[in-house]
Amino acid sequence: MNQTAFLPHRHLDKLFDLLHSDGFRVVGPTSEQGAIVYREIDTVDQLPAGLVDHQAPGRYRLEQQAHGRYFDWVGTAQGLKPWLFTPEQPLMVAREVAGGLRFEAVREEVPLTAVIGLRGCDLAALALQDRHFLQGEYPDPHYQARREQLLLIGVNCHRSAATCFCVSTGDGPEVGEGTDLVLDELDQGFMVQACSARGRALLVRLPIRPLAGGHKRRSKALRKQARVQQRALPSRDLRKPLYLARDDETLWQSVADRCLTCGNCAAVCPTCFCSRVDEESPLDASESTQVRRWDTCFNDEHSYLVGHVVRKSAVHKYRQWLTHKLAIWHDQYDRSGCTGCGRCITWCPVGIDIVEETRRLCTEVKTREPGE
Amino acid sequence: MNDPWLPQQAVVVDKVMETPDVATLSLQLVEPEAQQRFHFDCGQFNMLYLYGLGEVPISIMDYQHGCLQHTIRAVGRISRTLVALETGAPLGLRGPYGNSWPIEDARGRDLVFITAGLGCAPVIAAIRRIIAARTDYQRLVIMQGVKHREDLLWQEQYERWREVPDCQVLLAASEERQEQFPWSLGMVTTLIDKAQFDVNNCTVMMCGPEPMIRASMRGLEAVGVSLQNCFVSLERNMQCALGLCGHCQMGTPFICREGPIFRVADIKEWFLLEGY
Repeated sequence: MNQTAFLPHRHLDKLFDLLHSDGFRVVGPTSEQGAIVYREIDTVDQLPAGLVDHQAPGRYRLEQQAHGRYFDWVGTAQGLKPWLFTPEQPLMVAREVAGGLRFEAVREEVPLTAVIGLRGCDLAALALQDRHFLQGEYPDPHYQARREQLLLIGVNCHRSAATCFCVSTGDGPEVGEGTDLVLDELDQGFMVQACSARGRALLVRLPIRPLAGGHKRRSKALRKQARVQQRALPSRDLRKPLYLARDDETLWQSVADRCLTCGNCAAVCPTCFCSRVDEESPLDASESTQVRRWDTCFNDEHSYLVGHVVRKSAVHKYRQWLTHKLAIWHDQYDRSGCTGCGRCITWCPVGIDIVEETRRLCTEVKTREPGE
Repeated sequence: MNDPWLPQQAVVVDKVMETPDVATLSLQLVEPEAQQRFHFDCGQFNMLYLYGLGEVPISIMDYQHGCLQHTIRAVGRISRTLVALETGAPLGLRGPYGNSWPIEDARGRDLVFITAGLGCAPVIAAIRRIIAARTDYQRLVIMQGVKHREDLLWQEQYERWREVPDCQVLLAASEERQEQFPWSLGMVTTLIDKAQFDVNNCTVMMCGPEPMIRASMRGLEAVGVSLQNCFVSLERNMQCALGLCGHCQMGTPFICREGPIFRVADIKEWFLLEGY
């Protein structure tokens, strides 16, 4: 059963102490280059106290506020993805030896890692990446090695950014399943909920107090406030309208005219999983390493096929990305590939808005298909 | 856990230059246990690894006496180097991957093969197995298209197949202008009208360039073949063969995972759309 208690603000450092003494490194939000990012941090002082993010299409700004709340920001620039599906991952090392080649597997020593600050959208995305990397015929050992070391501390969102639409995807603003601890940050401290045996083992060792009725009411009101979002996808399963839109290239021209095909949306998307495999050798060619790097369907090479590129135009590239994310995922992984985090909107250099584009496509398909 | 990224050691034990840019490599797995363990179904592929260069997916032609046969055309950086390998050259091999031609389900039916260029390689193993169990099947039609007559690989093999009972071998050359027996002039699809098979009790297996597959789909439907009974081996930029890298998605399926062989009716909506 889930156990909930109150942890005064000044005692959050005790959680860090406990994690450290249990052998965990702590990965948490901190401010860097004008954005909140996940980094390995040692103390609560590195948390972004009082920082609030303002997000809009193609825009991310931080503002320092007088309150000292650590988690009043909404979105980090990247989710959890780079910590598991690393942007650059050696896969195998080959060496020339007498009489042939020798192949060595790459094994990483991953420390126990507690991640603090994860939002509902981040954790839903983690479940999707788990599905892709671990639940197929060939689980990826590199993702698995990192995944096994994780302890997850989620935070319920009490406000939404203008780019958020997790309510419409069903992934927020509250944290769903799969965490060890969930925090609700109030002015005086945290409502801490233990959701796993490991979470309970941590909670009972913290200087907690019983929860008061006011804590529950206040956190409920704050979560309700976060549910007010400006953006919403038309529905969770958009296969029907998007498979119709897929068949009419003219519907994609207006967004393709703005899309730079830079792939930023895919890079910050917490569920995008594409990678390419490169081969690298040092100058003395003493070995050769296969390295996996993030790739996106916006690159020509992604769809290269003997002599030609299958998706050359921005129409084809953007259509691939959006129909895959919001429609094809249902057929591949039984749900949409979007968890409503809004990062693709914020970090698009020209501010293309997946929600706006999807609504437009659904509307235009309807008007073009009488009887639908 | 077995590391799915780790190749097995292999060595080139024989090479036959089929044309100036096509070679058939015989590869032997170095580890005796790996030789024992290796088993493939017709239509599957391996990832071949070259030191310092990387990997490419190549369909498996045959596996006998611990030796794998791969026929490779020199088209890119890695395939050019593969074709240039000499006997004794070491390489890495992962596989086999993918599904197989439906030759078990096709028992009792007429079998029709339509291939063009090097597209014949992925069906060779299937044709050999079918001929080895000839009485399990009805008529056999083998259609192969090339640009020039001298591009035809394994001419002797096609001639031998002509001698197989109830086996029709049809060849077409698209860039030739002079008639020459037994060749037809034009694309492989022009052969469909000459093929003798029961359109209501046949299984069609195809492999070749995508425009040729699309033309074959039209030609087959025109003579009354249901695309439910047609199968195609497809290709995309496969970089991992494990269903992880994402490059080989054609709409819903990952070609490396659900394919490379698909029932045409199942893949049609994606395959006919440019850009997927």
